[in-house]
Amino acid sequence: MTKQEALHIYLLRMGDDSLILGQRLSQLCGHGPILEEDIALTNVALDLIGQATLFLEYSGELAEQPKTNDELAYLRLEKEYVNAILVEQPNGHFGDTILRQFLFDAYRKPLLEKLLDSNDERLAGIAEKSLKETKYHLRHSSEWVIRLGDGTEESHERIQNSLESLLRYAHELFFENEVDKLLIAEGIVPSAESIFPIWEKTLNDVLKEATLTLPKNNWKFQGGREGRHSEHMGYLLAEMQYMQRTYPNMEW
Amino acid sequence: MVNESKIWEHLEDVYDPEVPVLSIVDLGIVRSVRVTNNHVSITITPTYTGCPAMGTIEKDITVKLQEEAITSYEIHTSISPAWTTDWMSERGKIKLKDYGIAPPQDEVDKSVLFGDPLVVPCPKCDSSDTKLVSQFGSTACKAHYQCKKCREPFDYFKCLR
Ligand SMILES: [Zn+2]
Repeated sequence: MTKQEALHIYLLRMGDDSLILGQRLSQLCGHGPILEEDIALTNVALDLIGQATLFLEYSGELAEQPKTNDELAYLRLEKEYVNAILVEQPNGHFGDTILRQFLFDAYRKPLLEKLLDSNDERLAGIAEKSLKETKYHLRHSSEWVIRLGDGTEESHERIQNSLESLLRYAHELFFENEVDKLLIAEGIVPSAESIFPIWEKTLNDVLKEATLTLPKNNWKFQGGREGRHSEHMGYLLAEMQYMQRTYPNMEW
Repeated sequence: MVNESKIWEHLEDVYDPEVPVLSIVDLGIVRSVRVTNNHVSITITPTYTGCPAMGTIEKDITVKLQEEAITSYEIHTSISPAWTTDWMSERGKIKLKDYGIAPPQDEVDKSVLFGDPLVVPCPKCDSSDTKLVSQFGSTACKAHYQCKKCREPFDYFKCLR
């Protein structure tokens, strides 16, 4: 594998995480639990789709046969998407949506911070731009985890259940294979090892303040990074790709 | 003859579609203007990665240049260095406040360092007794506040650094 091939795949993962989570959140447009949250979640969706554009554009240029960001976003098959399974999980209730977001933001922020030092200038530039937005996302999701966890008996129980069902997907965010090893050696991306403790500390600090407890089971699911997705992914793609598949090459 | 300062003047007439009192120069999204052999090269930067206004802004610049009979030009978008509210002009901040949007506050003030919530004065009555309703307002670059004195709900242009 060459450096270019590895970077193409790495950027595709970053882009797909942003794109699929952005798509999930955009499904809440007009359906948020309160007006302020409707606006907040769709704002986060917009930021993520903006970030996806930058990552996928760069990834597409590095592909063996160059592709545009739109081709990558809308015209791949399910097994060609390499987002983590976590981000494709359904919105569920508000606690599920917020907890999924929190697990992701707590990983994305330190990752982007480390990418500022990347030897790849363009990637560092995308990280710099995205980080400013992700800081707001993490603040927003952490505050809600605390408010719901340390809220009423009902909200506590429900978000504790969200944690029980979603944490198992978070470990995949720290997946590594030869793509990462090559890029780490080149000083282009940080190791999962360097991000994980920061994520874990954020998780523990926020859960403590939220009076939530880590699940006893230690289940870990993965596959998304290698194109094996959960049953929810196909439905999401069907909706997301519908326009492009029905009217090929359409533009807004 | 086109020259750079003339182009900057023309760009003062191009307004942000989402905050129509601010020109794109006030907002600080025009990063550079170069003129070589009558060819104009303009670089702009988005406020947020997903800013849906970028396409419109580029089109508005094109229309303005054509109105001024400038035919040889190119418009680039650059994301690095990333836009910051520090690039907003002082004149822009005054225009924002007059329009009813609280301008970005210098968040490196001591109270913020000690974790106290940021004080955003009400753009209508100047009272400091305001509360944050949501970190996310009507567009990605704004937060939603309410004045506790005059009860006016207002947008705050978030500080982005
Ligand atoms: Zn007031």
